[in-house]
Amino acid sequence: MTNYVLVTILLSGLVTWLSRVVPFAVIKNLTVPKWLISFLSFVPVAIMTAIFVESLLTYHAGHWPGFNLANIYASIPAILAGILTKSLLAVVITGVIAMALLRLVGLG
Amino acid sequence: MDASLTFKSGLKDVVPTLFGYIGVGLAMGIVANTSHLSVLAVLLMSLIVYAGSAQFIIISMLLAGSPVSAIVLSTFLINSRMILMSLSIAQYFKKESLAQNIALGSLLTDETFALSMNKLNQTHHQLRPRWLHAANIIAYLVWAVATVVGCLLGNLITDPNQFGLDFAVVGMFIGLLYLQIITDRSKSLKTQLLVVIFVAIAMFFLMRFFPGNIALLIAALLGCGFGMVVSPHD
Repeated sequence: MTNYVLVTILLSGLVTWLSRVVPFAVIKNLTVPKWLISFLSFVPVAIMTAIFVESLLTYHAGHWPGFNLANIYASIPAILAGILTKSLLAVVITGVIAMALLRLVGLG
Repeated sequence: MDASLTFKSGLKDVVPTLFGYIGVGLAMGIVANTSHLSVLAVLLMSLIVYAGSAQFIIISMLLAGSPVSAIVLSTFLINSRMILMSLSIAQYFKKESLAQNIALGSLLTDETFALSMNKLNQTHHQLRPRWLHAANIIAYLVWAVATVVGCLLGNLITDPNQFGLDFAVVGMFIGLLYLQIITDRSKSLKTQLLVVIFVAIAMFFLMRFFPGNIALLIAALLGCGFGMVVSPHD
């Protein structure tokens, strides 16, 4: 492993760690104002939606995003599994099987 | 998932998310292998950086010989959503020591954050360090092992996505998002659905101008602001 790779890993690790840890230290020593609590209460649903939708789109610099059709197709049975079972594991397994089948028939 | 916040229940609750770590971890190891990174470099990256999408970017930028400063800046931007998640979850650990807070934050991921937010809905809005530590540590170890195994298998498997494992992460967020919407009693279903629709539309427009990881952060911030505006005031 070259120094270039090692230094990159160490510095990338440092900025990631700071992103994770500094907010904990800040919140610990701060009385969180009511509006911020209200704002942050939407983080879970907002960020999970954003992560999910990102996986359904494909980025093309300078153009409108395209659609990741394989992920969109596989999401449908996964969502149905969620509604029917309310089980995280069932959603994941259904989605993976759906994607494997899509690949098998050449749609993935 | 139940109301129990023991170390053991943390181990149990994290299991469904592990498929995602294994699928993406194997894929990352294989990509690293084809990019001529050593097993040691992959292991160190997984232990020190510990961030799925950022590690893919780092590998491709290393392969392209990008300057260290550019790689580090990209990593920071991709992972900046961690700031939002850490801010959000840290409220539940205010009474714990600083060392405990730092330990909890150090291994927080998208997945264990989302899992914790689901857990809150079962526990009258309580979290315990031992529960999150259990989930964090298992996720951390599984990720490191999966990436190393992927790197070792790299020569044998050419198409890691053949078995659909790359969808495990998407599937997991579908499950966590759905469970979040139906179990979070602190907000009306209507308010939550409005935020979901707003963020989805925002993502589409933002990805006209920004790569997914940056669009994601902006859309989430806008979504939180939108949520504040549309939720009934008390």
